[in-house]
Amino acid sequence: MLSPVTDPDGAPFWQYAAQGELRVQTCADCDEPRFPPRPCCPHCQSFACEWRKTSGQGRVWSYVVPHPPLLPEYAEQAPYNVVVVELADAPRIRLVGNLVTGPDAPLDSLPPARIRIGAKVQAVFSGTGLPQWVLERP
Amino acid sequence: MAGLKDAAAIVGIGQTPFARHLPEDEKTLACRAVLAALDDAGISPGEVDALASYTMEETDEVELAKAVGLGDLTFFSKVGYGGGGSCATVAHLAAAIASGQASVGVAWRSRKRGSGPRPWTNTSAQLPTPAQWTRPFGLLRPADEIAMLTRRYMHEYGATRDHLFNVALACRNRANQNPAAVMYERPLTREMYMTSRWISEPLCLFDNCLETDGALACVVVSRERARDCRHAPVYVHSAAQGLPAQHHGMVNYWNDDPLTGPAWTAARHLWKHADFTPQDVDVAQIYDAFTALIPLSLEGYGFCGRGEGGAFTEQGALEIGGRLPLNTSGGGLSEAYVHGFNLINEGVRQLRGTSTAQVPGAATCLVTAGEGVPTSALLLRS
Repeated sequence: MLSPVTDPDGAPFWQYAAQGELRVQTCADCDEPRFPPRPCCPHCQSFACEWRKTSGQGRVWSYVVPHPPLLPEYAEQAPYNVVVVELADAPRIRLVGNLVTGPDAPLDSLPPARIRIGAKVQAVFSGTGLPQWVLERP
Repeated sequence: MAGLKDAAAIVGIGQTPFARHLPEDEKTLACRAVLAALDDAGISPGEVDALASYTMEETDEVELAKAVGLGDLTFFSKVGYGGGGSCATVAHLAAAIASGQASVGVAWRSRKRGSGPRPWTNTSAQLPTPAQWTRPFGLLRPADEIAMLTRRYMHEYGATRDHLFNVALACRNRANQNPAAVMYERPLTREMYMTSRWISEPLCLFDNCLETDGALACVVVSRERARDCRHAPVYVHSAAQGLPAQHHGMVNYWNDDPLTGPAWTAARHLWKHADFTPQDVDVAQIYDAFTALIPLSLEGYGFCGRGEGGAFTEQGALEIGGRLPLNTSGGGLSEAYVHGFNLINEGVRQLRGTSTAQVPGAATCLVTAGEGVPTSALLLRS
């Protein structure tokens, strides 16, 4: 499986995720959250930022179900789902992830027919440090 | 201020055969396409002083120029973002010619995408997208990234798979009229479409473009010079690039309105500098790496309102005789996928009156580059 190839802007996100926290880069001057992380604030051009903790709650904004051809380790789990989740705390922050039955469950653990746009989801954290998502009402 | 409007014209087009596998390498194919385009224009290679291509083009200017015997070059430019750069190659040449930096420009693209590896299978190179936020979760391919926007588009506006089929069918029907098209002898039916395998739900096999080996080129000169060439000039009436504020490429999930893509930005500039409107466009060559890019582009370029792109495709609107005949050589879906350059050459053929699926009396044509990435577009007129 592919691990995130991080950069200086994105590294804090993954460090917090490894600790089981979903944090979002936020401007320390104008309070606007931004994603993906970047060196300065596109609203006020400040270089000061904080990583603010979120509730980890969100809703499914969209999803796809990839089928082969895929990279081998992904093909083994296909068809699986990939979701974009809109965060309840910051609706313009949307995270790509997988909707699964529980932490560390495989990508194909939840039948795609169970997924609906708008469904409420909660972040959980896998042993690999990747955030995953579970349905609030399984 | 003298602008770009009609200042330059496309006077030559050339291409190699298209196939899943061609024996010759990309450099050789590039040479063949460029020489064919110059021959079509009646201009000798030694007169060329400008080149433009894509950053993804592997044959560089030095290799091309010395192989085909170009003259001294005073302008050369490459445009990024894959298929988003197609129309910008012509736009850059037109700007160079209009501003006196060059007199004869050649744009080209040569690609063995059929024989070569799929770019997304490379796990070491970071594609020009925020890969750390998407690829670990199995959002691996352009098809997956665009499928995500497609699902949301269908959800928000009620677009259906039948609308996407209308796009695939129009392109295939035109390819069935075009002996150069990879899908020339391969008709498509609704049953074939609806029962085909998924690539990334909601996109099926026939929502995805071909994987093709081939090369194309065109020649751009000033409007004065164009009158002395072999064929009637096809004028670059208006040209634009488009990179919207807070745009993120094919994974455009992180702004207020992810479904408003680069087409909207390019379109505003394109129409601002044009003497005609979307209602006056006789035929369109719209970038079709995926069927879903067509309804989005129809909205972006002003052929219909927001959310109406799916419904626009109904009742044969994209067929010959419809409201907007589309991709009349078959497009990337059914003629060849060469990063959209075949759409430029087909636009020229339509305005010369020599298409294999000619729109009677076509005098204006919109050509667009890849939507969903920083893009570009041309309005051509005869």
